[in-house]
Amino acid sequence: MSLFLIVALPFLGALLPGLMNSAGRQAVGGVTFTVSLAAFIGLLTNLPAILAGEVVQTGFNWFPQLGLNVTLMLDGLGFFFALLILGIGMLIIVYGRHYLAREDNMGEFFTYLLLFQGAMVGIVLSDNILLLLIFWELTSLSSFLLIGYWKHLEAGRQGARMALTVTGMGGLAMIGGMLILGNIAGSYDLSVILQNREAIQADPLYVPALLLILIGCFTKSAQFPFHFWLPHAMAAPTPVSAYLHSATMVKAGIFLMARMWPVLSGTPEWFYVVTTAGLITMVLGAVIALFKHDLKALLAFSTVSHLGLITMLLGTGTAFGAMVAVFHILNHATFKAALFMSAGIVDHETKTRDIRILGGLRHLMPITFVIATLGALSMAGIPLLNGFLSKEMMLKEMEKTYLFGPEWLVPALVTFGSLMSAAYCFRLIGHTFLGKKRDPESYPAKPHDPGPGLWLPPAILIVLVVAIGVAPFLAAPFVKLVTASVIGSVAEVPDYTIKIWHGVNTPLIMSIIAIVGGLIVLALFKPLLAVWDKTPRPEAKSIFDDIIAALLMWARWAIHPLHNGAFTRYAMIATIAILAAGYHAWTTGTVGEAVRAVQPIGWVEVAGWVMLAAATVGLASLHHNRLLALILIGIVGLMVSVGFVYLSAPDLAMTQITVEVVTIILLLLALNFLPNVTPEESPLWKRIRDVSVAAVGGLAAMALSYHYLLRDAVVAPISEFHLANSYKGGGGTNVVNVILVDFRGFDTYAEIIVLGIAALLIYALTETLLSGPVRARLLNRVPDKPLSGTQHPMMMVVLTRVMMPVVLMVGFYIFLRGHNEPGGGFIAGLVVSIGVVMQYMASGFAWAEDRQRFPYHGIIGAGVLIAGLTGIGSWFVGKPFMTTDFTYVRIPPFQEFELATALLFDLGVFLAVLGAVMLSLESFSRLARRAHIKDSDEPMDIDPSRDQAVPNTNPEGV
Amino acid sequence: MEVLVASAIGIMTAAGLYLVMRLRTFPVILGISLLTYAVNVFLFASGRLTVGAPPILTDAEVYADPLPQALVLTAIVISFGMTAVVVMISLGAYLGSNDDRVNDPKSDETEDVT
Repeated sequence: MSLFLIVALPFLGALLPGLMNSAGRQAVGGVTFTVSLAAFIGLLTNLPAILAGEVVQTGFNWFPQLGLNVTLMLDGLGFFFALLILGIGMLIIVYGRHYLAREDNMGEFFTYLLLFQGAMVGIVLSDNILLLLIFWELTSLSSFLLIGYWKHLEAGRQGARMALTVTGMGGLAMIGGMLILGNIAGSYDLSVILQNREAIQADPLYVPALLLILIGCFTKSAQFPFHFWLPHAMAAPTPVSAYLHSATMVKAGIFLMARMWPVLSGTPEWFYVVTTAGLITMVLGAVIALFKHDLKALLAFSTVSHLGLITMLLGTGTAFGAMVAVFHILNHATFKAALFMSAGIVDHETKTRDIRILGGLRHLMPITFVIATLGALSMAGIPLLNGFLSKEMMLKEMEKTYLFGPEWLVPALVTFGSLMSAAYCFRLIGHTFLGKKRDPESYPAKPHDPGPGLWLPPAILIVLVVAIGVAPFLAAPFVKLVTASVIGSVAEVPDYTIKIWHGVNTPLIMSIIAIVGGLIVLALFKPLLAVWDKTPRPEAKSIFDDIIAALLMWARWAIHPLHNGAFTRYAMIATIAILAAGYHAWTTGTVGEAVRAVQPIGWVEVAGWVMLAAATVGLASLHHNRLLALILIGIVGLMVSVGFVYLSAPDLAMTQITVEVVTIILLLLALNFLPNVTPEESPLWKRIRDVSVAAVGGLAAMALSYHYLLRDAVVAPISEFHLANSYKGGGGTNVVNVILVDFRGFDTYAEIIVLGIAALLIYALTETLLSGPVRARLLNRVPDKPLSGTQHPMMMVVLTRVMMPVVLMVGFYIFLRGHNEPGGGFIAGLVVSIGVVMQYMASGFAWAEDRQRFPYHGIIGAGVLIAGLTGIGSWFVGKPFMTTDFTYVRIPPFQEFELATALLFDLGVFLAVLGAVMLSLESFSRLARRAHIKDSDEPMDIDPSRDQAVPNTNPEGV
Repeated sequence: MEVLVASAIGIMTAAGLYLVMRLRTFPVILGISLLTYAVNVFLFASGRLTVGAPPILTDAEVYADPLPQALVLTAIVISFGMTAVVVMISLGAYLGSNDDRVNDPKSDETEDVT
């Protein structure tokens, strides 16, 4: 199967569980499993090529200018990780299906899980490192969603935020590192980068790149000092912990270190940084794990410790170290996922994870006991289980490693770490399952073994643990294959036989010390715990919280003086800032010569200007009377449209004047509820201040416009092209319309979508208002002005009904002629909507609603669909999206006329505009409708009660 | 001619800015509308001023610049949508709290409100 499909399947499949939520939990789980299985089988079809030592590659150019291409690569290492991700993923899906409670939203969970799975597979199959970064960030995001899946738990939300902060920060560092690396190598393709070891390591920017990439890896894989987020992420549901925090996501950092191993490793910087961080993490994690009472916290810190171990092995930079790391990744994934799942089972059945109240579960949950014990023993490094093999090899590798200080330091620390590791494993078994048999009632819930849905997935993993442990030769060839692709051409795969018995050697002795020591530590656990509890130690979470709090305080200190909730202040600051920037540009830039002749001014122009200026100034000074202000702004709009006509823009004038009408209707509807006067509030000095700022802004706008009106554009405008090609290429003589529906059709398409969204937003806000506490207020509202005696005056009713067909005809005419004469979909839509609104106004809401055939949402949707489908139609003739075509036909007795696909597109525009305007206005009037309750649809219905009604004269409105 | 258009833009901008800095929602909305006019005319004028030569292809030699016109046409329609949303939001806020001030009560700009 194509690599594309393997990566894409989980992403595409992620839609299914969410959509199928209502089909039941079984179906959701089933479809999720099928998706994973399909990707898994797809991966396996590539197995023969991998075994033959080939590297499967595929790809296409995405943004070649940026070096960002979708190139995928599958080699041994990628295959290994993809196998873990998809294989364990399937087990987790089965487990999760049975783990989640009835009230959990399973579709949501599996959608997130598949998104995560796709992102992980993307990381391990990426060839392009920029693509890899995208997937890297996607894992951070999807793990955020998964950790915070139980939104009601505060710990879950906090843990999710912490994980996102830490891994997100690391991701940022990593972007920097990867960009440097790609710059040095001259390509962002891994296959090229991996060939450039010498060039990269010799570059002066090698160390910054290395450190940045390592920060990314360390944060993701919870290495010291970034280890603290992982235990807090344990607030996630257990399937998530088992999947993300043991088997996959935390291994992403390890994966990247392994992937970059051939180019980055082998230098002193790599050795000291990586090995030291790994060693500290391993020992620290093991010590903390021992004293954790929460089963999952214990496992979390043990994961931290084991990830440290793997990091340390990769840090040594030897081929043997790399091989042990690969082997331990495999072993750790198997036993740790099984252990997490058994911890989840214990939690599920006993309703607690506190080791202190558990114990004696061996008798009540024998199956879980066997699974957990085998897993824990493997983790402790007991022979015949796979953990033993990799731990022995690790000890062999570390025994000869020298970091600093005395020569025995590293081996001693590693042995100590293994000892603590053995101790917490024994504690896990001893304090949870062993101990004397207890009454089932003494647990928070009555424990018993779960159904096979929960125990089978970990059991399958435990079978692997035992199989590899007993017969290591089964896994050895695969481990060597993966190792070969990790180390690339840098070194030879070591000739080492993975087997149980190597004779009595130093690693074995270290191992025995660790196991015996672990038993002793467990025996002394109580006094040790007392000491531990008394020892003061820095708490990573509180340090993290303090840092965040300090950053927040700093941000508030910087922002609050500017951003204090006073909109007026923002407006002022923005105006002054823009003016200052403009002034700077004005004083530092150069102004060209005025080359255009000034056009003469006649009386007509002056008259128009005076009307506009008078209305505008009047509006600003008389705005306290809101109805008057509305009239004045109407005059301004009218004069602007007159100006458009005069200045050769008939389309603009028609649009402006129709929009003006609907805007005024809209504001009138709003004023129905809002107070009719604006109180005088600002003291005189504030008004003078505001007038001054506004005047300077106005002068600046005027100066700028005046200057450019007298000059030609610096670069020749592209308008000539449109004028020249409008008829030839677009088949229309109205260039503005051809630009809208043809040249810039995609823009227009987006515009009508925005318009539709705005209308839907208004509808949604109205719905919210009408279903909330405002509704009662509206119902009890007394109109603030006396109502007219007739709600629907006869003359207006007759007139609007007679006019309706005429309006429709005019709209149709404007629409049809739009391609060649002023008009088109936008204007026609506005004209028709004014016609419809008039029906609402004259004959009443109920009357109009009765006669409304299609809901306005549907009209918007139909418009967007028609426009979109017209655009898509050009694909079928092999043209790019939204290519238009036209032809001329002649049906006798008519004149020859033009048929253009652009007309169809314009129809979409028409419908979307009509629907959007109508939906907005209708929403507003629905508020009023509820307010009045009574809504007669008869013309000439005189309201006899009006003579008794006492009009509410309160000018403040409602 | 140019000075008339430029000064009209300037007057509308000044009045718009002044109204935007008022303390109640309705004048602020009117101010935004005025600014919209100003910006639309400003954009339209970037095609320079042409009298009596609409961009409808005929035998004429000179046409007005069609591109700013197309941009402004959609801008006018979109600004209607945006005005409607802002009006709806302010209406909702007023109906919900019986207050049509634009500033947060705790911000110091409202101190002088009596």
